[in-house]
Amino acid sequence: MKPSDLSSTRRQFLKVSALGGAGFLIGCSESSAPPAKETAAAPSLLPPAADADLNAFIKVQADNTVTVVVKHLDKGQGVTTGLPAIVAEELDANWGQMRAEFAPADPSRYNNFAFGPVQGTGGSTSIANSWMQLRQAAAAARAMLAQAAAEAWGVPLEDIDITAGLVKAGDQQATFGELAALAAEVAPPAEPQLKAPEAFKLIGTDLPRLDSAAKTDGSARFTIDVAPEGAWVAVVAHPPRFGATVASVDSAAAEALEGVHRVVLIPRGVAVLADSYFTANKARSLLKIEWDFANAENRGSAEIEADFTALLGGPGLEARSDGDADGALDSGDRVLEQDFQFPFLAHATMEPMDCIVDLSPERCEIWTASQIPTLDQGTTAAITGLTPDKIVIHTQFAGGSFGRRAVPDSDFVAEAVMIAKAIEGAAPVKLQWSREDDMRGGRYRPIAVHRIRGAVSEDGKITAWHQRIASQSIIKGTAFEVMMTSELDPSVVEGSRQLPYDIPNIQVEAHQPETGVPVLWWRSVGHTHNAYVTEVFFDQLARVAGRDPYEMRRDMLANHPRHLAVLNRAAEAAGWGTDLGPNRGRGIAVHESFNSFVAEVAEVTVDNGKLKVDRIVCAVDCGIAITPDVVKAQMEGGIGYGLSAALREAVTLTNGEVDQGNFNAYQPLRINEMPDIEVHIVNSGEAPTGVGEPGTPPSAPAVANAIMDATGQVISRLPFGDQIA
Amino acid sequence: MPIEFTLNGKPVSIDAPADKPLLWAIREDAGATGTKFGCGIAMCGACTVHLDGSPTRSCVLPLSAVAGRSVTTVEGVRGDAAMAVREAWRKLDVVQCGYCQSGQMMSATALLESNPSPTDEQIDAAMSGNLCRCATYHRIRAAIHVAAKQLTGENA
Repeated sequence: MKPSDLSSTRRQFLKVSALGGAGFLIGCSESSAPPAKETAAAPSLLPPAADADLNAFIKVQADNTVTVVVKHLDKGQGVTTGLPAIVAEELDANWGQMRAEFAPADPSRYNNFAFGPVQGTGGSTSIANSWMQLRQAAAAARAMLAQAAAEAWGVPLEDIDITAGLVKAGDQQATFGELAALAAEVAPPAEPQLKAPEAFKLIGTDLPRLDSAAKTDGSARFTIDVAPEGAWVAVVAHPPRFGATVASVDSAAAEALEGVHRVVLIPRGVAVLADSYFTANKARSLLKIEWDFANAENRGSAEIEADFTALLGGPGLEARSDGDADGALDSGDRVLEQDFQFPFLAHATMEPMDCIVDLSPERCEIWTASQIPTLDQGTTAAITGLTPDKIVIHTQFAGGSFGRRAVPDSDFVAEAVMIAKAIEGAAPVKLQWSREDDMRGGRYRPIAVHRIRGAVSEDGKITAWHQRIASQSIIKGTAFEVMMTSELDPSVVEGSRQLPYDIPNIQVEAHQPETGVPVLWWRSVGHTHNAYVTEVFFDQLARVAGRDPYEMRRDMLANHPRHLAVLNRAAEAAGWGTDLGPNRGRGIAVHESFNSFVAEVAEVTVDNGKLKVDRIVCAVDCGIAITPDVVKAQMEGGIGYGLSAALREAVTLTNGEVDQGNFNAYQPLRINEMPDIEVHIVNSGEAPTGVGEPGTPPSAPAVANAIMDATGQVISRLPFGDQIA
Repeated sequence: MPIEFTLNGKPVSIDAPADKPLLWAIREDAGATGTKFGCGIAMCGACTVHLDGSPTRSCVLPLSAVAGRSVTTVEGVRGDAAMAVREAWRKLDVVQCGYCQSGQMMSATALLESNPSPTDEQIDAAMSGNLCRCATYHRIRAAIHVAAKQLTGENA
């Protein structure tokens, strides 16, 4: 399909059908899909069309649809479109015949190569780690279809042509569906022939998303929509402070409520099971619970931040040491010092956490949207005593995640399994968190504080950079601790340690204080605070040097061509240097994360203490852009997510209790605050890398730098929506 | 006492507590799950339905309040504005995770039914009650303009 053909095939129609309870088929039917009945020039040579699995990732159905088994969770980032696009390309399929379904949790087939022996989604790795695997799977499937046709028609293999989903040789032609059963009998080639990138027909074009149809008529199925026959709805009274436990509970009033089935104590709190969410919630409010706070985190967030800040006075774990930063700072150049503070952040996915568990003595079935299903299998095995192969996970669409559903200890999945175990499988359990459960459930982006010093020489060069960070480790003590090659958690310093600017003396250190507040990766993880500090402080130093912040970056990135290319593209597209008029400012930031490179230019209006972000121009190099429109969508969304946090988001605690419960207190970005966004894709031709996270890090510093440009104000504490002078 | 009302054009009778929010009656009792739960306090708009044609947050509306009235959800919404919205959403691939989009489309449809060619400011005013954590706002705004052009006969 050429881009010019898209207008006629954009119209999509729902195609969602249950697949033996295993999942949903995601896709659309289009008029351009080659229907089986219109082809078949020589039907007598072929057996009747039948469904066949050509390998672990590709299923061809008798109706000539091709279903790609997607081993990653789709939480909006578009893997149910991007991964089928890779397959369709190497298979020479027609986009209209492509479908997607989620893979089961199966470490023997569907692990993420970036995660070790774990099936998972995160770190913006889905495309990068499936790229070669799916190309090979699809190229092998294509070879099997060609071989099957050659044998059926008695023609040489070289005479077989496969284009846009049709297999042809001379006057004969067949669809994939017609050949699937024969192809499944052919031995796959040992080394399937991959296309040269110049031959790509689908990759790089704006293919319509396969999930748009189901997500625009109410039929897309999320965990909250799964309702097994006879399921009991569960809600849990969680401790009001992290680490507290139940001392005693009086559940008489709750149990007396009509519609309540059971109240059970589980390690994570008190669970109420009822005939509906409404009844369960009502019953929960009738529980009288005494909590034991002996092992709880009883500090407030202000005390935690003060404790972190106190650490900045002394050296931390060394993350990078080039030259002699301390010596250079003492050398008499102009020295600037700045502290920065970042709060806890909630992911606040639109769908609060939820999970369905049907437990029997022999088997456990789970319906949820998890980023790490094989870890959930392991956790469930530990709770139930079943072996992992008896634990079946049905992955659903996720109503947002941003890292929230990648919990090493399985969090809400473990909670649902604990409840199912406590009622001894009396009924399937549907655990549903309220917004307040979700907001107060921890797993936040950790508090981070930075102290940074820089020196600028007489001739306007940055000669030293000394950065000290204090933030809680996310992976220490979890299954992902293997990522730590030393005491240093790389996620604390990511983005600072790799500072690309040509500075002779660089020192980066980190303290990793522990707290009782559970923390987690939040869209772009450590880059959220590190990119802010490095890019805002760079502009502060540029002002000291009397230099234009874009030109100074350009001069200091000569050895980093991919940074430089996106920087130049964003600056050029934004009209860097042109006059904006009164009360306006322009700021730039560039950052590499998850092997992708993004630069953003923000334009703001600051009028009487009121900030409006008018426009953000973004340039991204993510290697080969498989589905460019999805790349753009991820940049738009990543920018909005970063801006949202920058303006207003913060989770605060008072005496250990979370202050915010709902969207009246934790206030994400709304449509009236969304700037115009323009995305430019810089094609470096490199292998594809991630786009889910890399749009987020540069957005807040670009806006802060634009404010600095407009008013001179330096913003060092986030969020800053109410700090505009 | 069962509460009777019209859901997506068909009469329904739901036997549930009178103070049960309409959202949960629609989802749990009527089995129509396109309408989503996001906050429970009318702050996010994921639960938006049409009550006698007006956009309404169903998470705070007691079931008793809809007796004898007409409720429309994303599954049942019809008419030129609804079709134009759906088509525009698909044309621009607005959705990401998709969870809030039923509510977004119900709000957008109600806007276009009362104002077939809204300005950016009018879109922002009508849509600011609908949160989207994927921040698809940029495309929502564009899609409403595309739908408006189709409704008013301009070339999209």
